[in-house]
Amino acid sequence: MGNHSDGSPNHSGTVATAGQNEVEKFQDPGIPPHRLRLADTDPKAAKRAERQVALLFGVSVVGTLIFLVAYFAIDLGADTSIATIRLQNALLGLGTAFAMLGIGTGIVHWAKALMPDHEVSEERHPIRTEEDRLAAVRIVDDIVEETGIKRRPLIRNTLLGAVALAPLPAIAVFGDLGPRPDQTLAHTMWAPQDGKLKRLTRDPDGTPIKAADVTIGSAFHVIPEGLNELPEGKLNAKAKAVVLLMRLDPASLNPSKGREDWSYNGIVAYSKICTHVGCPVALYEQQTHHLLCPCHQSTFDLTNECKVIFGPASRPLPQLPIAVDAEGYLVATSDFNEPVGPSYWERDEHERSIKS
Amino acid sequence: MSAASRAEAPAFVATTKAGRITDFVDARVGGSGILREFGRKVFPDHWSFMFGEVALYSFVILLLSGTFLTFFFDPSMAETHYAGSYLPMKNVEMSVAYSSSLNISFDIRGGLFMRQVHHWAALLFVASIGVHMLRVFFTGAFRKPREMNWVVGSVLLILAMAAGFTGYSLPDDLLSGNGLRIIDGVIKSIPVVGTYISFFLFGGEFPGTAVIGRLYTLHILLVPALILLMIVLHLFMVVVHKHTQYPGPGRNDGNVVGYPLGPVYAAKAGGFFFIVFGVIALMAAFFTINPIWNYGPYDPSPVSAGTQPDWYIGFVDGALRLMPGVIGNFHFEYVIFGHTLTLNVLLPALVPAGILFTVMFMYPWIESWVTKDTREHHVLDRPRNAPTRTAIGVAGFVWYCVMWAAAGSDLIATNFHVSLNDVTYWLRTLFFVGPIIAFIVAKRVALALQRKDREIALHGRETGRIVRLPHGEFIEVHAPLDEYKRYKLVGFESPAPLPAVPNDHGVVTRKEKRRAFLSRWFFEDRVAPATPAELEAAHGHHGPAVEAAEESKSLSH
Repeated sequence: MGNHSDGSPNHSGTVATAGQNEVEKFQDPGIPPHRLRLADTDPKAAKRAERQVALLFGVSVVGTLIFLVAYFAIDLGADTSIATIRLQNALLGLGTAFAMLGIGTGIVHWAKALMPDHEVSEERHPIRTEEDRLAAVRIVDDIVEETGIKRRPLIRNTLLGAVALAPLPAIAVFGDLGPRPDQTLAHTMWAPQDGKLKRLTRDPDGTPIKAADVTIGSAFHVIPEGLNELPEGKLNAKAKAVVLLMRLDPASLNPSKGREDWSYNGIVAYSKICTHVGCPVALYEQQTHHLLCPCHQSTFDLTNECKVIFGPASRPLPQLPIAVDAEGYLVATSDFNEPVGPSYWERDEHERSIKS
Repeated sequence: MSAASRAEAPAFVATTKAGRITDFVDARVGGSGILREFGRKVFPDHWSFMFGEVALYSFVILLLSGTFLTFFFDPSMAETHYAGSYLPMKNVEMSVAYSSSLNISFDIRGGLFMRQVHHWAALLFVASIGVHMLRVFFTGAFRKPREMNWVVGSVLLILAMAAGFTGYSLPDDLLSGNGLRIIDGVIKSIPVVGTYISFFLFGGEFPGTAVIGRLYTLHILLVPALILLMIVLHLFMVVVHKHTQYPGPGRNDGNVVGYPLGPVYAAKAGGFFFIVFGVIALMAAFFTINPIWNYGPYDPSPVSAGTQPDWYIGFVDGALRLMPGVIGNFHFEYVIFGHTLTLNVLLPALVPAGILFTVMFMYPWIESWVTKDTREHHVLDRPRNAPTRTAIGVAGFVWYCVMWAAAGSDLIATNFHVSLNDVTYWLRTLFFVGPIIAFIVAKRVALALQRKDREIALHGRETGRIVRLPHGEFIEVHAPLDEYKRYKLVGFESPAPLPAVPNDHGVVTRKEKRRAFLSRWFFEDRVAPATPAELEAAHGHHGPAVEAAEESKSLSH
């Protein structure tokens, strides 16, 4: 470490190595001379720094007190307002911040102003010595030799086989994490039950929608009749069955062959689940007749059977065939003609089985 | 030493109380060897070494605040009706998980504060790991012997993201539920096994009633245990290797220059923990994070506009947004052998992240293969002194940032009143062009900075003082650097390209040719450090001005 204050680089405890092999390189001058701080030379400055550190520790004490007062003096009763909670949160945070920052800045100031700040140099030692390396390699060789694994390939190969197979139960044991997918993704609640067509009802209250209530330009968030009354699995059913209902000028719809009777008087229903990764396609642009998914901005053209016109989705939104029942309420004439939501490996298989 | 351990004849009696306690413990369990090794261990000091510490301390704060939260959180997805004190949600149907998250926020004193501390610390944890890795990359600290520690650090980054993601979904609010649904969509796009993985993760169809409990187990048990294990490995290797140091006078690959652990470094680092805690507490006090009471319970039907994941998942979400599903009449989803392959989801979800992480894990070996540099490095590179590496890093960083920005494409469009489609088109272009531009610009900037260093080393720094020489010429006085400052500017290596060399059979293999090509690409643009001879020549040229400057310097002392 030496005496750093004399300014001589020769005493800085390091050996210059640069330039040993190459000509024409600057020599390492060694660690720069230590420069004294104010607190090293002026006792008054040192005393001042000492008081500052103590003051910072004092600030920490005040912070702890603020925390305790905020915790005990502000009571969260049954009817606490948001404002009270915000106030308590701010005071608890402020108290903690003072308590922690007081200690932290105090210690750092103490270290920087008052503790010795001589830079010291330490030799790096090689991670291993050649002697250790040789001994270790020899030990490993001996161990391998003593097991005889090289001379007895039968033992080695059966062991490898056993070890390779042994983890299989550890994977198989997770087999009951969930049921097999089977056909569940192919069907939704919209399938008619016991020959009775399902009514389109409002999300979330479940009241049925009269065709006459759907004016041109309006949009409804729709769930199937009976969803709210499901004893269990309500969210699972809803996650597939939600539908958007809109009414356009019938002339602007361009139904393809076989889909002419899927709408009623310009009223169309499409799955609300994006065919990209399954977000609800919740935004309807009335003027352009575009549906927009707020998650990844896939855009679907309502006048063109919800074909993708922008964004990462690759497939149109599935259409729900609808009609009107005797009382004038909108009903689904069948389930979707294809699986809804994001694509999956078996999707095409499911679609073919639905259509057949 | 042996005398000291015998009770009857202690050769050295500790003078302080702490010293006596140490002696007491040591006499019973040993450990003076450890203290001797670590008590005065030297650590180099630099502000950029702080980021790893921030990450470590954030993790400690995460453990503390997270433990508090587990005492009150209930990960059940059973249906319940809210009965707590937050009036707008009174009697609303929701899961027990969401209800208990609301209770933590509104009915438990300090609960909201703990939630905010936990979430802010998590964001800071991943951020500080990211910045720490950038520091390590740009300074070449990943080189031998630290390649394995770079890998451990990269694993830590992935684990940190996993911890963040599993925690993000726990409150079962609308926002995180939609995030989970996106993950479900991505999982389902995996060929062959995707549907099964989805059903196994959710215990059936999305959302099911199992996933929160499962994520909770991962979040509070498995992932933190792995993180802890990796941190132990990471720090163990730091001790084995000793810390790297920035180049400068007195620093070389054979030594480590800095402050001893006790007391200075320990005080600074220990004090810094409290500072990190204090700053997180301030953020938790004044900046709302994840106000789940505004989002409502999860429901598959509604979604709020401007949905954003936590920042570290952003780049994947952005990649999902950038990928077009249809180009002209070409659909990225098609049917092969009767099965659906949905590349418009699969490619952006896996490929960019896959490339980033693969290059990240392999980079130390890629570089040492190209440069044939198998020496140990303990002195860091200043980023400018490794222009090609710096340019590669900047290119990767820009690529990441383009994807990250794409995750906010809708917010960019609404805040700057531009078309969402245009923002997407521009970002799609930048996705391909951005890294190339970034590479070229970064490399040129690094080389320019090197030339400036050379200039300063040879001709001194500008003083801003204009002097008129006897014959009428005006010059600006340049003050020469002292030898310590100069050494910082000239003490670096500037490797030249290594041409292909034949192997033992006298054949130049194609692999070797490729290596030589990459080596040329790496090192062909180089600025050599200034040499003493050049300085000599420069002095001869600027003789009078330099002397004048030296005079003025000695006056100012």
